[in-house]
Amino acid sequence: MKKYDVLIIGGGPAGLASALSLKEKGIDSILILERDERLGGILNQCIHNGFGLHTFKEELTGPEYAQRYIDKVIESEIEYKLNSMVIDINKDKQVTYVSKDEGLNIIEAKAIILAMGCRERPRGALNIPGFRPAGIYSAGTAQKLINIDGYLPGKEVVILGSGDIGLIMARRMTLEGAHVNCVAELMPYSGGLKRNIVQCLNDFDIPLLLSHTVIDIKGKDRLEGVVIGEVDEKRQVIKGTEKEYKCDTLLLSVGLLPENELSKKASVKLSNITSGPIVKDNLETSIPGIFACGNVLHVHDLVDYVSSEAKLAGEYAAEYLLHNRESSSLIEIKTEGGIRYTVPQMLDINNMSDRIVVRFRVANVYKNKRIVLKVNDKEISSLKKKVLAPGEMEQIFINKKDLVDADKIVLSLRDGE
Amino acid sequence: MENIEMICIGCPMGCNLTVTVAEDIKVSGNTCPNGEKYARNEVTNPVRVVTSSIEVIDGELNRVSCKSKEAINKHKIFEVMEVIKKTAVKAPVKIGDVLIENVAGTGVGIVSTKNVNKI
Repeated sequence: MKKYDVLIIGGGPAGLASALSLKEKGIDSILILERDERLGGILNQCIHNGFGLHTFKEELTGPEYAQRYIDKVIESEIEYKLNSMVIDINKDKQVTYVSKDEGLNIIEAKAIILAMGCRERPRGALNIPGFRPAGIYSAGTAQKLINIDGYLPGKEVVILGSGDIGLIMARRMTLEGAHVNCVAELMPYSGGLKRNIVQCLNDFDIPLLLSHTVIDIKGKDRLEGVVIGEVDEKRQVIKGTEKEYKCDTLLLSVGLLPENELSKKASVKLSNITSGPIVKDNLETSIPGIFACGNVLHVHDLVDYVSSEAKLAGEYAAEYLLHNRESSSLIEIKTEGGIRYTVPQMLDINNMSDRIVVRFRVANVYKNKRIVLKVNDKEISSLKKKVLAPGEMEQIFINKKDLVDADKIVLSLRDGE
Repeated sequence: MENIEMICIGCPMGCNLTVTVAEDIKVSGNTCPNGEKYARNEVTNPVRVVTSSIEVIDGELNRVSCKSKEAINKHKIFEVMEVIKKTAVKAPVKIGDVLIENVAGTGVGIVSTKNVNKI
């Protein structure tokens, strides 16, 4: 059985950045396994701009951002295999993959970095009644059809969900000559960035219907229309608000799910909230030597944060190979008052770095709040925020020196100037 | 006199701005100076970077992604798209290659944002 020091599963932004930082730390025996026919992951189809402002201080398109990392991976002579789909990982860190060239193959690694990304929530997760005609796509599928393959999936469009991919696709389909009737959003606020609402919807006079959802799908072979209704605070449809929109295409942009089937096979413990692995301060999962980063860990809003998190995962995996941590007790970061989760969830105080970044999301739109870190019920630090929204990832730093004798760590929100 | 409503995109606050255009421009609703600057640009010269894709002949991919090298006036976006849709380029294409010069008379070029090898 072929052996590597580190196996990276996924050749998207997370996998590429983690490979580069491993190499910088002096690890040479690295293999990236990518199931697609090129490196770069989903960035290849995200042809709009706005990527890389934090990392490169300029606005790049998705393919340009990916290529900067791909070029460095090739320059650093890091080994990668394309068209290679991992189908199993076990607790002994043996990885089974299939490819056209090699058939079925098993390799073993001292450490594994999970970097499989996420996928879109499908129609089946929504329970929309009606037939199952052609013409219903996830927004990302439509994005691939247009931007990679060069096909326009339809002419009269309705979009359900106002996540960023839905907004981006509203503009993209309009530019390609389709008519986008509206974007319907179940929540009373959009999950997308303000910039995208302005530049993808308002610029083209596409209505954003907040607190609205699709309640019926018309058409048997091909989609003929959808019925949209307004919902109340309990997300129940308000009678009399139903309106039918004639359309041949319905795009769904209703959330992303970390893709963790492989993590489960390796018995990695997952979080109910993020749907990604529960990790320690060094991004190590519940299985020693298996690390996670990027959208497989938790869904990020900006790729810049994926890259910086993946760089850390690479550094921590290198540290694991070079000198093993002595196991010590873990403390959970508890969340209260509107904070949904943190990544990492657990801290190994004896072994952690002097300063770590903790990323999180909030449950609702909040104005004029403070993010408060308490250790043993004492406030250690707080950060003022004019506005917080579920669509935007937030971060704070925790210093090891503040955690002496800590047995309770809580991150919360409170009102305040 | 004309009142224009817009959302500032300078930060996640997303202030609702009202711009009054008469002999001079007045901005209200902003909570910081960036809001006023944004609103003034939006009513005098709103610009956007256009991104799309162009057909590739003899390439490993059917399409190459592209962008306007600089932001162009937003009212020219559809004219620019018409030119992009009628264009096809030959592989190989490298990131930064100019695929269309002076697109739709804007003075701005359309450049490739992806490498596409020849097959």
